[in-house]
Amino acid sequence: MTALVKLTGVGKDYGSVIALRDVSLEVAAGQVVCVLGDNGAGKSTLIKIVAGLHRHDSGTYEVQGEPVAFSSPRDALDLGIATVYQDLAVVPLMPVWRNFFLGSEKRRGLGRLDVDFMRRTTRDELLAMGIDLRDVDQPIGTLSGGERQCVAIARAVYFGAKVLVLDEPTAALGVKQAGVVLRYIVQARERGLGVVFITHNPHHAYPVGDRFLILNRGRPIGYHDKDDITREELTALMAGGAELEQLAHELEATGSTATARALDEEARTLGLTDD
Amino acid sequence: MTQATTGPAAADERVARRDPLRRLLVRPELGALIGAVALFVFFSATADAFLQTSSFSTVLYASSTFGIMAVGVSLLMIGGEFDLSAGVMVTSSALVASLVSFQLTLNVWAGVAISLAVTLALGVLNGLLFVWTKLPSFIVTLATFLMLAGANLGVTKAVTGNVASDSIRDMDGFASAKDVFASEVDMGGVNVNVTVFWWIAFTVVATWILLRTRAGNWIFAVGGNADSARAVGVPVARTKIALFAGVAFCAWFSGMHLLFAFATVQSGEGVGNEFFYIICAVIGGCLLTGGYGSAIGAAIGAFIFGMVNKGIVYADWNPDWFRFFLGAALLAATVVNHLVRRRAER
Ligand SMILES: Nc1ncnc2c1ncn2[C@@H]1O[C@H](COP(=O)(O)OP(=O)(O)O)[C@@H](O)[C@H]1O
Ligand SMILES: [Mg+2]
Repeated sequence: MTALVKLTGVGKDYGSVIALRDVSLEVAAGQVVCVLGDNGAGKSTLIKIVAGLHRHDSGTYEVQGEPVAFSSPRDALDLGIATVYQDLAVVPLMPVWRNFFLGSEKRRGLGRLDVDFMRRTTRDELLAMGIDLRDVDQPIGTLSGGERQCVAIARAVYFGAKVLVLDEPTAALGVKQAGVVLRYIVQARERGLGVVFITHNPHHAYPVGDRFLILNRGRPIGYHDKDDITREELTALMAGGAELEQLAHELEATGSTATARALDEEARTLGLTDD
Repeated sequence: MTQATTGPAAADERVARRDPLRRLLVRPELGALIGAVALFVFFSATADAFLQTSSFSTVLYASSTFGIMAVGVSLLMIGGEFDLSAGVMVTSSALVASLVSFQLTLNVWAGVAISLAVTLALGVLNGLLFVWTKLPSFIVTLATFLMLAGANLGVTKAVTGNVASDSIRDMDGFASAKDVFASEVDMGGVNVNVTVFWWIAFTVVATWILLRTRAGNWIFAVGGNADSARAVGVPVARTKIALFAGVAFCAWFSGMHLLFAFATVQSGEGVGNEFFYIICAVIGGCLLTGGYGSAIGAAIGAFIFGMVNKGIVYADWNPDWFRFFLGAALLAATVVNHLVRRRAER
């Protein structure tokens, strides 16, 4: 079966800044691929390429086997790739239902909006995802961060997304709200969507992910199936081999030799050191 | 029991409780409406002449000349931008129609049509300059304001040798054009200027566009958060350019009123009016930051403007105080708007 989205050796520079190098990634239907990395690792750059906001400088990008080079997010949307951005998912002062249908408004001839349909659909779709909003006319800015993310996800699902790209949807959320969003990710997968889930939290990624891509300073440092990797290994990998080694040296210098040896050992088993 | 406090039922109760208050408070025109009623009562009590129907017709006329422009300007502001060239563009538009008809001895309707094309092109140019340069619209339209103000004077002097255009009163089509743009309608013994009806029509159409069409959705979105709008597929640049063209359309209409009301146009006119249009929109609840407001609010803002403008005269006060009152109304409106927005965003 062909992957819904497939990146091969993709790279991107911002002027002299190398933001991304040699990244490969594959998402199939009913699969959650997590992209992990620290701040500045290039996660957002990667998904902006997938979403059609930026064009890649090198490598290939294929959607269902066809090479693509998007010139706007609309192009990506038309191929069923919907992206939910952490900060720019919604227009805060607009009512929930207007946000839900923004850019894909339902009309009833002569450019007239089918307001009743949109109100009703918004309420029903959110209800189906477990959010009971009586008043879909309230500004979406009045919802909690988690609810806003969920509206954005529900919207993407409703408009027939085949691939859902989520940029750190859980980063600004409390434990409980993050849980709600994670549950949606699982729901989306069960509906047969491919999901690219960006996060810097391995504890959010591990329970929902089928495959993990770890980025560090724009380069991939690991691409593992869930069977290949434990949560602890993922966490260690996230922290980055170099940092782990450095920490070991620092600890050694302060006398905690046992801990340092353990860390060193861990770094070696993960294949992060040169020897 | 513990189930109930965490389930959807609990969330419902919370929504229901804050619902009516929020509904009311988030209406952008609420503050302006209260202000308008207060001012109306105030002037009715202090100025005897104010309540006469003829005076009221004068107030409505003053309101309409600014209100028609406030329609376009408020939509643009909801879309997140300003047009400082709006005031002089009215004059430009009137000058184009007048100079073209007079110099080429055409039927004035030809001048009206050419003026429409030229003025819309100016609006589109404003939009394109804004999109291309990515500079704030404040700066871009400040530049076109200065250029238009200069060109109005320069071209008029070069063509007519005078600071005003030649009178087109005797030219073909003047009477019928005056009927459309500048006539008075007898409403049961009171003469009401036709601009009042146009003002209402413009406001109704703009309200319909804002609330019931896809374009309206896009206007709110590009003003509220252009990046979000773009990310979900809204054509941000196209929407903004159309909004600048909308202001230009209103400027053309106002220019035609000016021309057919006086038959001649003073080329230096219009400077400073752009701020009055913005003030009408802001008093009516449009946020300076975009994404929020209404055309009805702008109409109420224009009505407040008209009441203060004429009410001061009827109350026998020194008209010099007009700007003082306008400033006070603006201050009050902005404070109210700020509170409303904070509440809406919470
Ligand atoms: N528009 C941009 N212009 C220049 N540099 C950028 C731009 N966007 C991101 N970068 C740089 O590219 C690198 C990767 O950033 P980003 O993809 O945002 O990382 P992440 O989302 O993982 O935190 C960073 O060094 C960042 O400073
Ligand atoms: Mg990021």
